[in-house]
Amino acid sequence: MASHGIKDRVAIVGMGCTRFAEHWDSGADELLRTACDEAFAGPGLAKEQIDAYWLGTAQSGMSGITLARPLELVGKPVTRVENYCATGSEALRQAAYAVASGAYDVAMAVGVEKVKDSGYQGLNAFPIPGDGTARTVTAAAMFSMVVPAYAAKYGVSAEDMRTVLARIASKNHANGARNPKAQFRKEWSVEQLIAMPRVAGELSVFDCAGVADGAAAAIVVRAEDALRYTDRPLYIKALSLVAGNGLPLGDPAYDYTTFPEIVAAAEDAYRQAGVTDPRRELAMAEVHDCFTPTELVLMEDLGFCERGKAWREVLSGAFDLDGDLPVNPDGGLKSFGHPVGASGLRMVYEAWLQLRGEAPAGRRIGTFGQRELALTHNLGGYPGEMVGFVSILGTRLGPRSGAGSGAGSRVESVAGSGSAA
Amino acid sequence: MRGILGWGVHLPYRRLDLATVAAVAGSGGGKGTRGIASYDEDTTTMAVAAARAALLGVSGPAAAASPATATATTPTPTPIKTLWFCTTAPAYQDRTNATAVHAALRLPRATAAYDATGAVRSAVGVLDAALSGAGSHLVVTSDLRTGRPGGADEAAGGDAAAALLVGDGTAAAPVLAELVGHAAATEEFLDRWRTPGDLASKTWEERFGETRYATVGTEAWNALLAATGLRPEAVDVLLVAGTHERAARSVLKKTGVPAERLHDPFVRTLGNAGAAQPALLLASALENARPGQTIALLVLADGADAFLWRTTDALATHTGPTPTVADQIAQGALLPYGRYLAWRGFLPVEPPRRPEPARTSASAAARATAWKFALVGSQNTDPQHGSKQTESQHTDSQHPEPHHPVHLPPSPFDTAPHPAADAEGTVVTFTIDRLAYSPSPPVVFAVVDFDGGGRLPIELTDVDPAEVAIGLRVQATFRRLSSADGVHNYFWKARPVRPVRGLPPGPEGIR
Repeated sequence: MASHGIKDRVAIVGMGCTRFAEHWDSGADELLRTACDEAFAGPGLAKEQIDAYWLGTAQSGMSGITLARPLELVGKPVTRVENYCATGSEALRQAAYAVASGAYDVAMAVGVEKVKDSGYQGLNAFPIPGDGTARTVTAAAMFSMVVPAYAAKYGVSAEDMRTVLARIASKNHANGARNPKAQFRKEWSVEQLIAMPRVAGELSVFDCAGVADGAAAAIVVRAEDALRYTDRPLYIKALSLVAGNGLPLGDPAYDYTTFPEIVAAAEDAYRQAGVTDPRRELAMAEVHDCFTPTELVLMEDLGFCERGKAWREVLSGAFDLDGDLPVNPDGGLKSFGHPVGASGLRMVYEAWLQLRGEAPAGRRIGTFGQRELALTHNLGGYPGEMVGFVSILGTRLGPRSGAGSGAGSRVESVAGSGSAA
Repeated sequence: MRGILGWGVHLPYRRLDLATVAAVAGSGGGKGTRGIASYDEDTTTMAVAAARAALLGVSGPAAAASPATATATTPTPTPIKTLWFCTTAPAYQDRTNATAVHAALRLPRATAAYDATGAVRSAVGVLDAALSGAGSHLVVTSDLRTGRPGGADEAAGGDAAAALLVGDGTAAAPVLAELVGHAAATEEFLDRWRTPGDLASKTWEERFGETRYATVGTEAWNALLAATGLRPEAVDVLLVAGTHERAARSVLKKTGVPAERLHDPFVRTLGNAGAAQPALLLASALENARPGQTIALLVLADGADAFLWRTTDALATHTGPTPTVADQIAQGALLPYGRYLAWRGFLPVEPPRRPEPARTSASAAARATAWKFALVGSQNTDPQHGSKQTESQHTDSQHPEPHHPVHLPPSPFDTAPHPAADAEGTVVTFTIDRLAYSPSPPVVFAVVDFDGGGRLPIELTDVDPAEVAIGLRVQATFRRLSSADGVHNYFWKARPVRPVRGLPPGPEGIR
């Protein structure tokens, strides 16, 4: 038994993404049409040429009919998937594995969420009948418990923690301000953000993901077919998913400064892709910054820096657009917004733009042209009880050339390398 | 010999400063404070707290502190034949409320659980029935006393619960106060009344009730004297409980008992606890009594009941529950009047902009009764299971996993129950949630490690946000989380362990 992955067997050849916003005038149907039409247009495909569809939505519809109806699909297999806030990534994972299996030539992963029809601010889970003993605090409150735990473990003062969190939000707002599809396009200074009133623990509303409607889509084909559809495909190097068992919630050894599911998913993904030094090999990362302390912990859980050091790295700008490893160049959940089922595919969409050189100059990653791998990270749930997803995507088949700098780079020659050209 | 084997009292943490009422309501209030149940308390949850104190006070913490060997039910010093629940303000009608108390106490299935609800007098009726019968009975009285804002009932009432364990006594649980006699007098007259569903009662002209109670109270008292041969001056402590404050004062003069022997009726501190008042006064008297003392209880409620008790030598070595009534009075903290009105439903405030909780599933709750009502987790005591080093994927090895991890909530794969309700715990990390739905935002939420094993992320209550810190010591408390479609969702929260032994209220005491 092993997690083998599907490295270099599947490629993304078309993508689409709506603007993430409060789309008062659009329902899930319109959002799905918009994202799919953009994805079809790139490779010049028609809906009939897609052999199978996977639709990710947390609670904007049930069954594959939620996608088949607005697209007026005829005789197509459409599967609705749900995996908390990692739903969009799960749709991609299913579509990619279906192509890798040989069952289909062309598959499409679509994610959508129509959040703003609930009448409430924030995200609200669909109620499942229960015994009434489940926690009822918000996700913001659950993630806010990371803040005092991290500060205590690593001896970070309350003031420094507040600055670190504001620095993360400020960076993501700055990136989002340069992104026409982002929900929030205004820059905020660290000082402004520190002054915001708290809503959950030390978190203000500006430490929380934007709540937006939106949709995103990706078309996947066999890697050897990719160049038929585009001259710049993105090859899937790794797809990893880990569902937590919830036991850390009741485990006195769990200290709220790490997400074990993410550590496990990242290890698996790096092994699938052959990545040994993510900090130097990755050109960029899109991570699930549902709350600012989440992004802080993820920098360590994803191996971007040593344990206990992420807060200093954040302050030094290591993850800025022009930093050592740009994180959330599109603004992240924080600024791009978080339509649950679409977010995982939105992250891939940014990798698609950046690695292909299509991101506007104003928010182009500083590593562009030097590195060729992107990581997307998506999670759902809470500290101690989450699903974690990590993908690694690259512009070239085969073991890529090294990161250009550092002793950790590896140059290997493997059959099939460069065969796509 | 039949009498009282143990007692337990629950006084809610919050107090209303009656001097603050008139500024809002235009009239009413007065001097002193009254006890007010928290927004997450009802007569059922308060009854659970008082009954737990009564059983712990009798069995001592030793019986409850060996959870690893605990069976399906709580070890009690004497088999309890009947659990009685008495209140004027039941959380449910047409179904028994005592079953929730029964579940929270983990009493055996063979123990009957009955409600006696509606009138203040039902409490003494049940006490008489328990004393007249055979075997041990747990009489739990609990009341939530409301009145319209600015009215006399609002100022005079107090929310509280008190439980008495009654029986013949055993070596493990001897009689502490023997019943010497009981006399009753009954008369139909209209002093106070409430239409079912109303939030407050109405009262007739005060003087009418005062004169009727003076007559019927004296009648019952004289009957008690005649039956027991008691001389009034031989009474060491006189307890007078009644919803009519003036009547209680005038009857006192007619008893012949010296006025200084009257036990504090808590008028200026807690208010009158209605159905819970007789047992509350008895508990307080027993906490301060010596062996061989004579205690008389006179209850004025739609007639009158007079009880006579004599404390036994066993009282000298009985430690009783902690905190005591006096400690609980000292621990109280003020709540602003507006907040009180909102808690009681007299001031409908804007709810949080989040969906209200869904209705609890009856069948799901039934499958989880031990967990939901009694906070019973689980533990795998299988020796082969003990070698397992870790069960979650945490990477921090600073805290080695215990050999037999405790699961809160229980795991279906474990072999033994782990009762956690009596254990104290420590806050590991916490948050203040100003976004979540709550009947009284903000939600104070913490991760708590319980002594004896087990970690539970749990809501805190009876706490101000500024008090919460890593390391805070807490104890579990049975509460009503919410209600939907008329279904009350009961579960446990945690609240700070407060200092005992009559310490004056600290900075957090009066705010």
